[in-house]
Amino acid sequence: MAQDSFPPAQKPFEMVQDATRVAHKVQIEAQAGEPRRVGAVQALILTGFGINCEEEFAAAYRLAGAQATIVHLNQVLHGQVSIHDFDILNFPGGFSFGDDLGSGVVLANKLRYRQTGPGGRTLLDDIKEFIAAGKFVLGICNGFQVLVKLGLLPNLSGHVTPEVTLTHNASGRYEDRWVTLRVNPLAQTPFLKGIDTLEVPVRHGEGRLVISDPAIQQRIEAAGLNCLSYLDANGDGTGVYPFNPNGAALNCAGLTDPTGQVFGLMPHPEAFLSAYNHPDWARRRRQNPSASEEGEGLQIFKNIVAHIAHSRTAATAAENEFATRS
Amino acid sequence: MTDTHTIQLTLKPGQHDGDGQRVAEAAARHLGLATGRMRSAALYTVRYPLTENQLNDFATRCLADPVLHDVRLNELTAAPGFATYILVARRPGVTDDEGTSAQNALADLLNEPLDTHTQHIFSKRLFLLENDLPAADLRRIAEELLGNKLINWLEVGRVADGIRDYTPRPGGGAEAITEIITLTGRSDADLVQLSKENIYALNLEEMRAVRDYFAASQTQAERQTAGLPADPTDCELEIIAQTWSEHCKHKEFSALINYKDLETGEEKQVDSLFKTYIKNATSEVDRQLRANGNDWLVKVFSDNAGAVRINADSLFVWKVETHNSPSAIDPYGGAITGILGNNRDPLATGIGGAQLLFNTNVLCFGNPEYDGPLLTGQLHPRRILEGVRKGIEDGGNKSGVPTVNGAIVFDDRYAGKPLVYCGTGAVMPMQFAGKDSWEKIIDAGDRIIMAGGRVGKDGIHGATFSSIELDETAPATAVQIGSPITQKLAMDFLLLAARRGLLKCSTDNGAGGLSSSVGELAGISGGAVVELERVPLKYPGLRPWEIFVSESQERFTLVVEPGKMTELLALGQEMEVELTDIGYFTADGFLDVRFDGAPVARLNMEFLHEGVPRKILEAEWTKPAASEPEIPAAADYTATLGKLLGSLNICSRESVIRQYDHEVKGRTIVKPLMGATGQAPQDAAVVRFNFESWEGVAVSNGILPRYGDLDAYHMSAGAFDEAVRQIIAVGGKLPNLTPGDGIFWSVNDNFCVPDSVYDPVINPDGKQKLAKLVRMCEALRDATAAYCIPLTSGKDSMKNDFKADGVKISVPPTVLYSMTAKMEDVRRAITSDFKQADDVVYLLGETHDELGGSEFYALHGQLGANVPKVDFEKAKALYTLVGQANDQHLIQSCHDLSDGGLAVALAECTFGYDCGATVELSESGLPLPVQLFSESHSRFLATVAPEDVVAFEQLLGSLANRLGTVTKEPRLVVRHGGREVISADSDVLRSIWTNGPVNQLLGVGDVANVSHSTSL
Repeated sequence: MAQDSFPPAQKPFEMVQDATRVAHKVQIEAQAGEPRRVGAVQALILTGFGINCEEEFAAAYRLAGAQATIVHLNQVLHGQVSIHDFDILNFPGGFSFGDDLGSGVVLANKLRYRQTGPGGRTLLDDIKEFIAAGKFVLGICNGFQVLVKLGLLPNLSGHVTPEVTLTHNASGRYEDRWVTLRVNPLAQTPFLKGIDTLEVPVRHGEGRLVISDPAIQQRIEAAGLNCLSYLDANGDGTGVYPFNPNGAALNCAGLTDPTGQVFGLMPHPEAFLSAYNHPDWARRRRQNPSASEEGEGLQIFKNIVAHIAHSRTAATAAENEFATRS
Repeated sequence: MTDTHTIQLTLKPGQHDGDGQRVAEAAARHLGLATGRMRSAALYTVRYPLTENQLNDFATRCLADPVLHDVRLNELTAAPGFATYILVARRPGVTDDEGTSAQNALADLLNEPLDTHTQHIFSKRLFLLENDLPAADLRRIAEELLGNKLINWLEVGRVADGIRDYTPRPGGGAEAITEIITLTGRSDADLVQLSKENIYALNLEEMRAVRDYFAASQTQAERQTAGLPADPTDCELEIIAQTWSEHCKHKEFSALINYKDLETGEEKQVDSLFKTYIKNATSEVDRQLRANGNDWLVKVFSDNAGAVRINADSLFVWKVETHNSPSAIDPYGGAITGILGNNRDPLATGIGGAQLLFNTNVLCFGNPEYDGPLLTGQLHPRRILEGVRKGIEDGGNKSGVPTVNGAIVFDDRYAGKPLVYCGTGAVMPMQFAGKDSWEKIIDAGDRIIMAGGRVGKDGIHGATFSSIELDETAPATAVQIGSPITQKLAMDFLLLAARRGLLKCSTDNGAGGLSSSVGELAGISGGAVVELERVPLKYPGLRPWEIFVSESQERFTLVVEPGKMTELLALGQEMEVELTDIGYFTADGFLDVRFDGAPVARLNMEFLHEGVPRKILEAEWTKPAASEPEIPAAADYTATLGKLLGSLNICSRESVIRQYDHEVKGRTIVKPLMGATGQAPQDAAVVRFNFESWEGVAVSNGILPRYGDLDAYHMSAGAFDEAVRQIIAVGGKLPNLTPGDGIFWSVNDNFCVPDSVYDPVINPDGKQKLAKLVRMCEALRDATAAYCIPLTSGKDSMKNDFKADGVKISVPPTVLYSMTAKMEDVRRAITSDFKQADDVVYLLGETHDELGGSEFYALHGQLGANVPKVDFEKAKALYTLVGQANDQHLIQSCHDLSDGGLAVALAECTFGYDCGATVELSESGLPLPVQLFSESHSRFLATVAPEDVVAFEQLLGSLANRLGTVTKEPRLVVRHGGREVISADSDVLRSIWTNGPVNQLLGVGDVANVSHSTSL
C-alpha cells in the first residue's frame, strides 16, 4: 500500500522542520477551502471507501459554529493528518467497503489492525489516546456500526472489544423512514444534553442491536448507555415495526460509552439540519409560520460544540486564575 | 502453510436467520415448494498462503461477528437435521465485491500489500434445507430465487452425498491473438451471416460499406505502409460494429423517413428525427431564450449529459438513459449497471468531476401477478421487478446518491423486455482550476488514462447486443454486474483530481468500452494510439479485441497532460484507484491500436465516425379503429374509487420507495412520500443544491404508454405536459416568462420502441410502428416550442422486442420525459397533501370527455377512443397563473391530476394526515363518471386558505372551479345533484391504496394506519 503523501495541492511552506505536519496543513486547507480558524472547535470528519454522509456531517458542524475538516481515511492512516489536532472525531454514514462483510466490519478491522507507525501502532491506539485526553467521538449509522464492531461502544470492559452487535433489520430490508426517539434520562453525554425527544430519519438495513449476554444488557441499562430509544405514537418505547424500524434490543437507537465521550446512533440527525427536511414540514410551517428554520437534528451538534467551547473557556479561566496566584 | 482454505460462517443457535426464512417463504409462495427449515451460511474460499493461525485469526477476528457467528474452517459440512443444500457461487470473472472486501480485511490483518485487483478470495452462500427435495426442485429454488444461471454457478444435492463446492478458475494464458477476417469476395449472404455470427448487428448495406472501405486503394496503400493486412482484423470489425451500433450511433433517429398519413393522404419526408424534432426544436427554444436574456443553456446533445447554468458559479448536469436488454436477462445486474453507468455520464461531462445530487428511476414491467407459462429465456415479471428494484437499491444507496423519485408502470407488453430508465442530476462548478468545466479539449500528445475497475470478458457486445431484438440465446458475456464501491472510490478520486486541475477532460467507459470512449475522444484531437498490453485485466485469457470492446464496469477514460501525470498517479495511488496509461492522442486522423507493438487495428477516423450508410425507412400512419364503450351509470362510485386505488398502476409503491435512500446528503425537500403519515404521494421531487443557499431543482417524470394505443402524438404530448405540470404543482415556474429570470429547465427525452423497421416477414407492421415514432417526435417538437422548454440530452432504444418459441413480445411505443427546473427558493415548494380544515378545494383547468385510455376504462376492460389532448396555449396560461399565485403565497397544497382523474387525486390529497374533504360536482355539463375519472391533462387539485380565497379567485378567474372544503372529519365525501356519490373514510382509502398489489407482493404488511409522528 502506498505510503507517499498526497501530492500537495500547493507549494509546501518553506523552512519547515516537520514535513508531515506541513503536508497535513496543506491538505486540510485544500479540503476545507479555508485556513484553520484559531479558537474554533475542530471537527474531523472521515471519508473514503464508501462513506457517503460526510458533506451533511460537515455542514452540521459548520452550522453549529465549529470548523469541519473532511479527510480521506488514508490521510489519517498514512500520518498526513493527526486526529490529535481535533476535538471531535466523526465517523459518518454510508457503505464503507460496501458493507460486504457486515456493516462497518472492514473499516473497523482497518482501524484495529492496519499499522500506522512503528511498534505495531494502529489508528485504534491513537483513538484510545484521543478519548483518554477527554475528546469526543461520534458515529452515525455506518459510523455507529464501526464503533460497535470495534468495541468502542459500549466498551463496558474498557478493553475495546466487541460486546454487542448490529445486524440485519428484523424486517430483512433496508428502509428509509422517519422515527421518533427519546433520550434516556440516565444518559450521561453532552451530545444529548437538554434533548427529550427527537425526530430523525433512519436509513439502514443493519441497525438491529443484538445483546446476547444478559449481564451486558443489565450493565448497559444500569448505566443508561442505551441513550436513545424508538418511540411509538403514544410516546412509549416500542419494539413494534415500523416505529422501531429494525427490532433493536432495548428499542435502542444509540449507545454511549461509560464516559459519555463516545456516542453512536443508527438514525441520521445530520439529515435534519433544516426544518424543510421533515416530511411534514409544509403543514407544520402553516401551523407555526414563525417556528425556527433549523432542523431538530442540529441540536446534537450545537450541544457538543458548545460543550467543548465551554470547557475550553473554563480551562482557560482556571489557567488564568492559577497564573495570577502564582 | 497451504494455499486454499475454506471458511464457513453459520449463525449461532437462536440467532434470527432472515435470509433462510425469506427463501423458505418465497419458495412456498412463488414455487409452491415446502423446504422445511432453512439455514443460510456464508462461505469464503481463500486462495492465498496462510498459516493455520493466520487463517483462524482471519476467520474469527475479521469475518465472523463474535456475537452472531460460529466458524468452521476447511470443512464443508451441515448441522444435523438438514437433508439438502444449495450452493450459490459466481461464475469466473463475475464481480465479487464481498470477496474483494474480505481481501481488504486480510491485507489489513496481515499488514501486507495484497493486490485487491486480483481475486484471491471468493465469496459464496450455502443454503441448507430440512426437507429432502428432489434435485429438480432444489434447482428451481436455486435458479428462480437465489441466483441467475448466467452469473452464478449453482450446486444442489443431498447433504449425505457430500456438499460439492465450486470456486472459479478463470482464464488460461494470455492470448495475444489477432485474427484476420476476409471480406474480399464474400457474397451478400456471407456478409450478413458474418455479421450475425459475430454479433456485429450490422445490416447488409453497412457490411458492404465496411468491405468497400477496406477494398479502396487508398486504404490498401495506407494499411500496407502501416504494416496491416489488406483484410480487416477482428478488432477492426469489432470497433466498427460498436461505433456503428444503433446503441451508439442512433441510426434510425438519423434516418431519412418517408412518411405517409393514410388518413389524409399527406406524404412527407423527415430528414432525421433527431435533427428535425429534437436538435432544431431546441435551437429554436434557445434562440427565444437568448432573445429574452436567458442564456443558461450551456451544453446540449454534444457530451455525456446536458448542462445548464444554475448561477454564476455552477452548472446543473442532467442525464437519463435506459438499460433494458441487460435487465431482461439479469434484472439485478442490469439495473445496478444501469444506474452506475448513468451516474458516470454526468460525472464525466466536460472535464469531469461533477458532484452527483440525485437519482431518479422509471420502470416498466409486465404484470407481476402473471401466472401463465413463460417463454424460453423469459424471466417472470415478478423476478424482474424484484431484481431491478434491488439493483437500484444497491446502485443508489451504496453510491450515496439519493433516489428522490420515480415511477413504475405496468403493462403486459413489458413482460418480454422491461424498461429501466435511470436518471442522474449533478452539480459542477463553472470552472476547475481556471478552466471552463463543461469543455472537452484534447490536444495531440495528451495521455489516455484508464481509471477504475479492471477489464474482463463481462459485457462484451453489450452495445451491439442491445441493438438487436432479444431472444433465448442471449450471451452471458453481455451481462455485467456493477460494483458500487469500486465506482465510489473512482468518483471520490475524480472530484479531487478535477478540483486540482489534473484532468484535461474525461469520459465514461460504457457501451463499446474503450473502443467507444477512446474512439469518441479521439474525434476531438483527430486520432489516438492505444497500447492494449498495458490495460490491466481481471484475469488472463482475453484477446486484444476483447480488451478493447469489453464493457467491464466502473471505468473512466481520462485525458491528462503529460506534465500532470506524476501528480495524478500519486493521487490515484493514495485513494486506491488504479490508473493506467494506455496510450496517447494524435492528430493524424487514425485510431491506431496495438498490442505489444504489433498493429491490431488502424482505422480512418472519418470513416469510423461518418462512414455509416444512412438508412431510409418507411412509415405509414393509420388511425387505430376505436370506439367509446357503454358503461352503465352507477349510483355510487365509492367502490369504483376503491378498486382504482388498489389497482396495479395506481396503488402505493411505498415498499419500493422506502428501500431507496431518498435523503442521503440531507438536501431532499420534497420526497416521494410526505405528510405526517409519510404516505402522501408527491408529484415531483425538490432538492436543494447545497447548505449555503435555498436554490434547488424540481424533478419530474412524464410517461403515458397506454395512450399510445389511441394516438402516439397525444400520448407524447400528454407525457410532456404531465412532467411540466408536476413541476408546476410543486411550485416551479415556466421558463422565460420574464427577461433574464434565469429559471433553467433541462429535459431528457428517452424513446423506447419496438423494432420499427419494416420487413414483410419479420416485422410486417413496422411502418405503422415507425409512424407512431414520428408522431411522438412531432408532439415533442410542438411541446418544447409551446412551453419554451429545451431538451438537453436523451437516448433512444429501438429494439425492445423479446422473441422466443416463435412468439414476439414487443413493448408499446414508450417515451419518457424527465424534467428538471430551477426552484429559486425550495422553502416555497408546495406539497400535494391537504393541510388544514376549512381550506377551500379548487379544481384548476378544464375537464373534457376524455376517458380514452383511462384507468377507469381499464377497470372495465375497455380502451375507449377519446384520448386526452393537450391544449398547450391554455395549459401555459394556467401554469403561468399558478406560478403567480405561488408568488403571492396563495396555494396551500397542489396535486396534478393523472391516473384515475379527480377522484383518485382527491383521495390521495387526504393521505398526508387524518383529514377529509367534502366537495360538490357540477350537475350540468359532463356526465358524472367523466368528471370523476377523466384524465384530461393540465389540471390540478389545489387548496387555498379561507383568507386567500378572494385574491386567488381574482387571479385565476374562470380557471378555478371551487369544489368544496377540507374537513377535520377524516372522510372523503363527493356530492352530485344533492346525492353522495362517493363517501369513504380517508384512512380506509389510504389502507386500500397502501395494501395494493405492489406492497403486498414485496411483503410490506398492513402499515396504513401507522404514523411516525407523535403530534397527531
